[in-house]
Amino acid sequence: MQKPPPGTTRDDQPRNGKQAGHLAGLDFSVLQQCMHCGLCLPTCPTYDETRIERNSPRGRIALMRGIAEGQLGVTPAFGEEMYFCLGCLACETACPAGVRYGELFENARPDVEEAGVLSGGKRRLVRALTLRWVFTRPRLLRLVGRLLYFYQASGAQAFVRRTRLTRLLPKTLRELEPLTPRVLPRFSDALIAPVEKPAAATHRAGMLTGCVQDLTFSDVNRDTVDVLLANGCEVVTPRAQFCCGSLHAHNGELELARELARRNIDAMERAAGSLDKLDVIVTNAAGCGSHLKNYGHLLPDDPRYAARAARWSAKVRDIHEWLAATGWRRPTAETPVSVTYHEACHLCHGQKITRQPRAILESIPGLKLTEMPESTWCCGSAGVYNLTQPEMSQTLLRRKLKNLAATGAGVVASANPGCTVQLQAGLRETGSQVRVAHPVSLLARAYAKEKAEPGS
Amino acid sequence: MNPTDLSAQIACRFPSLACLREPEDLLPYSFDGTAAYRQMSAAVVFPTNAREVADLIRWTAQEGAPVVTRGAGTGLSGGSLPTVGSLVLCLTKINRVLEVDARNLTLLAEAGASTADVAQAAEGAGLFYPPDPGSMKVSTIGGNVAENSGGLRGLKYGVTRDYIMGLEVVLPDGELVWLGNKCVKDVAGYSLKDLFIGSEGTLGIVTKVLLRLLPKPAEKKTLLATFARMDAAAATVSAIIAARIIPCTLEFLDRITIGCVEDFAQVGLPRDAEAILLMETDGHPAAVEDEGRQMERIARENGATSVQIAQTAEEATRLASARRTAFSALARVSPTTILEDATVPRSELARMINFIQQTAAKHRLRVGTFGHMGDGNLHPTFLTDERNHDEMGRVEQAMREIFDFAIELGGTITGEHGVGMAKKPFLPKAVGDASLGLMRQVKRALDPDNLLNPGKIFD
Ligand SMILES: Cc1cc2nc3c(=O)[nH]c(=O)nc-3n(C[C@H](O)[C@H](O)[C@H](O)COP(=O)(O)OP(=O)(O)OC[C@H]3O[C@@H](n4cnc5c(N)ncnc54)[C@H](O)[C@@H]3O)c2cc1C
Ligand code: SF4
Ligand code: SF4
Repeated sequence: MQKPPPGTTRDDQPRNGKQAGHLAGLDFSVLQQCMHCGLCLPTCPTYDETRIERNSPRGRIALMRGIAEGQLGVTPAFGEEMYFCLGCLACETACPAGVRYGELFENARPDVEEAGVLSGGKRRLVRALTLRWVFTRPRLLRLVGRLLYFYQASGAQAFVRRTRLTRLLPKTLRELEPLTPRVLPRFSDALIAPVEKPAAATHRAGMLTGCVQDLTFSDVNRDTVDVLLANGCEVVTPRAQFCCGSLHAHNGELELARELARRNIDAMERAAGSLDKLDVIVTNAAGCGSHLKNYGHLLPDDPRYAARAARWSAKVRDIHEWLAATGWRRPTAETPVSVTYHEACHLCHGQKITRQPRAILESIPGLKLTEMPESTWCCGSAGVYNLTQPEMSQTLLRRKLKNLAATGAGVVASANPGCTVQLQAGLRETGSQVRVAHPVSLLARAYAKEKAEPGS
Repeated sequence: MNPTDLSAQIACRFPSLACLREPEDLLPYSFDGTAAYRQMSAAVVFPTNAREVADLIRWTAQEGAPVVTRGAGTGLSGGSLPTVGSLVLCLTKINRVLEVDARNLTLLAEAGASTADVAQAAEGAGLFYPPDPGSMKVSTIGGNVAENSGGLRGLKYGVTRDYIMGLEVVLPDGELVWLGNKCVKDVAGYSLKDLFIGSEGTLGIVTKVLLRLLPKPAEKKTLLATFARMDAAAATVSAIIAARIIPCTLEFLDRITIGCVEDFAQVGLPRDAEAILLMETDGHPAAVEDEGRQMERIARENGATSVQIAQTAEEATRLASARRTAFSALARVSPTTILEDATVPRSELARMINFIQQTAAKHRLRVGTFGHMGDGNLHPTFLTDERNHDEMGRVEQAMREIFDFAIELGGTITGEHGVGMAKKPFLPKAVGDASLGLMRQVKRALDPDNLLNPGKIFD
């Protein structure tokens, strides 16, 4: 309505920041959508801890808008703020005005990267190790996984931890060590055949094994395939799959993310003949799922891939979503266990999937589901956030563990590998006996139990 | 003192006080919930108790530095917008609920406690704090006092003022005073606490609030009536009140608002309705049952196309909370959302609604209207685009006409959002010279140097 009086806002601002291409290129309607009502503030984990507006969705959007409009430059403080945000998207769920925070945020981080305003040894190391190196090369990722496995399986890890030998590591690596996930002896390719068929197939599914999921939770992938088979799906699983690119897209590396998307589309087409020959492309990792559904938006201008990416996006379903949509067989064997459900941000906020995993859990006879307080509150894992922002990550993890303990459940169900690693690390640290399990694994186990006790 | 000096001096004199000074920190405090006002401050400070506030204000008063108090920044008239070179005093870290006194039915809270925390603490003791502004999950109780906020239950339960028994206030010279007490009756001198209610941070800084509570109503019934014509909804409201029923809630949404709320909340509101009325009655179960039935009958008699009764408490909550998001949800439609707050005596409601619709059509503007129909408090909301200067001109013209007409009908320019910056030009006409002169005298008496929230309400 009224313009800001002259000599105030604009001229107070430093002009030393860098230009911002991605944010500035956004449509005005996206930038301007926030009407600063503040209704998102109580749902933002970082704001709730600090009570400072800059750490809130409303504040971050104001900064992004300031940058897009040239009022503010891309400064180090802005860069830090964009990486202090978890990207959990709780604010999108809360916002009545339909602000697309995820889109704003995914455009802000590349501006930060391109401006090069953030530096620091640990940051560079983490990014180089994870984003550029390991997560773009499936074979390398597996090699790292293999080495980690031997490190853990040989007892070396326990030894190193016990004797605090980690003190010998450089500080940056030392901080990362406790978060290295527990790697399983066999990866998905060894556990899952390229094509597996049930007795009578009603659908044909492409199976995404993920990267972290594949290394550390290849058993969850096997369980997912078992559940699909038990529900009439033929399952096609491409070999040596690539990282879906969500880590890259969320961390300002859009070009790498595009390249990974292309390779994944190629791999699935090779394995299935064509995307049209699949009824669904299934993922069991929440963080990947919300990004995989977004390939269409990632490659709209690519002449060779745009149409295929759109088709891909239309076919991707989270495993819970798929089972709920097509119906799943209720297991018959009793599994007496008390479970609470932790909602991965990228499932509940990113994909708005909240009912389906609970319905699946509740379909297991004998399973008692107890709701935990703040089930949708981020656990602090958030991609590589636990590596880049260990303090806030730990604060959120402690909060999650407290809520978890309040339920008295023996198992916490989590449908995202990042959350599972984080929760496991936290539980291990506190000496808790609570186990973490994927809802689909619990379902697979219930099916398996039927076979073990026929007639039950 | 120039802004840099001010913030540097604070850091040096009040080393334990959290203070933000960098542009990236200040920009997020350069606006409140009001569209299109932006102004950077010199610094933002976060005191953690009343004493700190008093010490700081004593010093800023000596230095002649302007101070703008801020709660959660959800205000809708630009009240907590910084003024040039000012210090923003943000109270969100003074936020404890201190006491629920079940014997005296009172609650004591620090000013930065959220309205929802206050309501929850009362409920925890089986009691009830009725004022429930749409922003209650975020807004602070201090902000509610400063704006004398209303809510969805105003018709039966009144507004924030009706629940204030006492206030702790830091005066513009830094003195800390207690006004009021836990007594139901008290006529010892002027009722000074009332002076600070609705004063928008221009007379003092509220640091603690003593609230009156009620027993929690035993039963509640929520109804949703659909209308094909707006005047049928207005007629229903009049008929309900004529039938000597005082429901706690009579809220309405028009067609545009219904669509936006439904897009967000998916509660199953009928998108083809011209208006819906959210009606709620609470109290003794027998009375609730009887009033619920009567309201349903009256709505049908006045042309409701359907009347739905919430079957469960969750359903009732879902409907009410969908209504709470009406304003923000309207922002889906267009880049700029400008909300008005015209209020008329209940009997004039139908005429006011008609006038708003005609005025919008005349100026070719999109307006979504919702509001507290039982209170005669309407929120016509202009859905516009601040880049379109021609349209913005028409918005201002239409607003002026709407205010003039509201005043003509014996109404007011703002029912609950306050004057702040946004309504300042309209205040003289709304209250008249004598009243405005008296307000200025009060301001001069308490804040002779014009340091607390200068330039708000009037210049
Ligand atoms: C989505 C939405 C819905 C809303 N619904 C309603 C509604 O139903 N009814 C209603 O009445 N309002 C409503 N509002 C308006 C707003 O929420 C209220 O005015 C609220 O009381 C403001 O509280 P706050 O803490 O955000 O105060 P702020 O916006 O921070 O400040 C408001 C004013 O109060 C002053 N102030 C704040 N705290 C203090 C203090 N401790 N001492 C002295 N002065 C102080 C400030 O200087 C400023 O002038 C709504 C706003 C939004 C965004
Ligand atoms: S992001 Fe949405 S909820 Fe948050 S302040 Fe902006 S409009 Fe309001
Ligand atoms: S994505 Fe999460 S952390 Fe970031 S602003 Fe939104 S709610 Fe806050």
